[in-house]
Amino acid sequence: MIKDNSFGSALFDIFLVIMLAALALLCILPLWYTLCLSFSDKSSAAAGMVGLWPVNFTTISYQSILGDANFFHSFGISVERVVLGTICELVATVLMAYPLSKSVRHFPARNFWMWFLVFAMLFSGGLIPWYQTMKSIGMINNIWGLVLGNSLPVFNVILVMNYFRNLPKEIEEAALIDGAGPWQLLFQIYIPLAKPVLATVALFSVVYHWNEFFNGLVLTTRQADYPLQTYIQQMLVVINTSVVNNPDQIKMLNDLSNQTLNAAKIFIAMIPILLIYPFLQRYFISGITLGSVKE
Amino acid sequence: MRTKSFEKHYYLMLLPGLVWIFIFKIVPMFGLAMAFENFNPGKGIFGSRWVGLDNFVYLFQLNDSKTIFFNTLFIALLKIVGNLVIPLLVALMINELRLHFFKRGVQTVVYLPHFLSWVILAGVILDVFAFHGPINSIRSYFGQAPIIFFARADLFVPLVVSSDVWREFGFKAVIYLAALTGISPELYEAAAIDGANRFQRIAYVTIPGISTTIILLVVLSLGDVLNANFDQIFNLYNPLVYSTGDIIDTWVYRAGLLQMQYGLATAVGLLKSVIGFAMISLSYYLAGKFANYNIF
Repeated sequence: MIKDNSFGSALFDIFLVIMLAALALLCILPLWYTLCLSFSDKSSAAAGMVGLWPVNFTTISYQSILGDANFFHSFGISVERVVLGTICELVATVLMAYPLSKSVRHFPARNFWMWFLVFAMLFSGGLIPWYQTMKSIGMINNIWGLVLGNSLPVFNVILVMNYFRNLPKEIEEAALIDGAGPWQLLFQIYIPLAKPVLATVALFSVVYHWNEFFNGLVLTTRQADYPLQTYIQQMLVVINTSVVNNPDQIKMLNDLSNQTLNAAKIFIAMIPILLIYPFLQRYFISGITLGSVKE
Repeated sequence: MRTKSFEKHYYLMLLPGLVWIFIFKIVPMFGLAMAFENFNPGKGIFGSRWVGLDNFVYLFQLNDSKTIFFNTLFIALLKIVGNLVIPLLVALMINELRLHFFKRGVQTVVYLPHFLSWVILAGVILDVFAFHGPINSIRSYFGQAPIIFFARADLFVPLVVSSDVWREFGFKAVIYLAALTGISPELYEAAAIDGANRFQRIAYVTIPGISTTIILLVVLSLGDVLNANFDQIFNLYNPLVYSTGDIIDTWVYRAGLLQMQYGLATAVGLLKSVIGFAMISLSYYLAGKFANYNIF
C-alpha cells in the first residue's frame, strides 16, 4: 500500500481504529455479558448488578446443569442429529453433484435435472403442507424427521458441482484412458481433489443442524425429547409467552426466570460453535466465493 | 464412446438425493391443494371439501392480512438496506486499516454472531435489554427511566432490524472484502502517482472496483423482500408487539399449527411462496444479466 503521511490521513487512521474496535466490542460484549451472568449469583443478577465482570463469582449454575438429565438428553439428541444429518447430506450431495457436473454431451438429461433442482430450491409448499406430509409419513417424534425433514440443501449440491466443473479435465481424461469407471472417478479422483469444498459443505450442515430449533419444536411432541436449541427456545418462551397481555407481566416473568441458570445453558449451547469457529472462518469464507461459476 | 455406458450409473448416483428431495420437498407441494379446501385432518387432502377460492376471499377481508403483509415487507426492506450498506462501510474501513494484527483481530471477531442461532442470540439480546439489564443501567446512569424494551411495539422494528444487522454485518463484509482483494495494486499506485490522496483513491479506485459485487448483492437481495426472518422474530416477539412485529411466517405458524386453520394458513403460505419464487427468479435473471452471475 502507498504511504500517505498527511495529517488528514493520520487522523483517519485513528478514527478507523476507534470505530472498528468499537464494532468488534459490540460483537463480543453481549456474549461476554451472558458469560458473566452465568458465573454470578442469582440475587445480584436479578438486581441488575452484573456488568462486565461476574458479581459474587459462583459456579452454582453449572453445577445444577450437571444434575439436569433433561439438558443432557437434549444435548445428546442434538449431537445425534448433527452427526446423522452431516453424513446424509455429505453423501447425497457428492453423489448428486458428480453426474450434474458432466456436460450435456455426456449426460443428456443433465439440464432437466438441474432445472428440477433449482425449482425445488426456490419454490416451497409452505409450512402447513410440509407439516401434514411429515405427520403422514411418521416423522413426528422421530430422529429422522429432524435429520431429513428440511430436505437436501440444493445450494450445496450446486456448490460442489461448480467445484467439480472447475477441476482440470486432463486428470479425468487420463483416468478414463486407464480404464476407470464412474464410481472410481468420483471416489478416487474427484473427492480427494474436492476436500476444501466438502469441508465447507460439512460445516454448513453441522452449523445448520446444531442451530435449527423450529423442526425440533413442531416435530417433537414430548418436551423431554427436544433437541438442545428447542429446549433453550422453550426456556426463553417463559418470558415470551403468548398469554402475555400487559407490559408488567413481561417484567414479572423476566424477574421470575432464573437468569443465571439460563445464561449458563445458553453459553453451553454456544460452545460447540466456538470450538469449530477456527474451521468455520477458514472454510465458510472460501464457500462464499466458491458459489459462483468462474468463466 | 465408452462414457455412454456411464449414464445409468449417473442415475444411480442421483437417486438418493432425488428421493430425498421428492419426499420432503415435492410431496408437500401437492399439499398446497389445502389452500382451496376446508381441510379436515381426519378426512385428509382427498376427502376434505373443495371450497375454491373461499380461503383467499376470506384472507383479503381479514384485517390481520394487511398488517402482516405490511410488517413483513417493511421489516424485510429495512434489513435489506441495512445489510447492504453497513457491511460495505465496514469492509471499506477494514480495507483501509494499516495495523495488520488489528485487522486480523477485528476480522476474527466480527462474524462470530453470524454462526450462533437466533435462539441463542435472542437469549443474549433479551438479557442485554432486560428490565434490570445493562442497557437500562446505562440509561439510568444518564437519568433516563428504564424501559421494558420488548413490550413496546414502537421499538420492536428498530430492535429487530438493528439486531439482524448486528448479527450479519461482519459476515456480509467478508463478501465485499473478497471482492476488494481482486483490485489490482497497480491501480492504487497509478492513482497515487497522479496525485490522488487516500480519500480520492477510495472514491475512484476502491468503490468502482467492487461496483459489480455491489450490484450483484443489491439484485440478489430482491429475493428477500418477503423474508423478514422467522427465526429471529419468533424468538423475540410477544403479543404486545404483534401490531408492528407479526410477520407472514409467524402468523402462518400460529393460524395453521396452533389454531388449526389449515386451509387459511396454507393459502397465505401459497401467496408468499408464489411471490417469493417470482422475486427470486427475477433476481437471478437480473444477476445473470448485469453481474454475469449464473448459479449453474
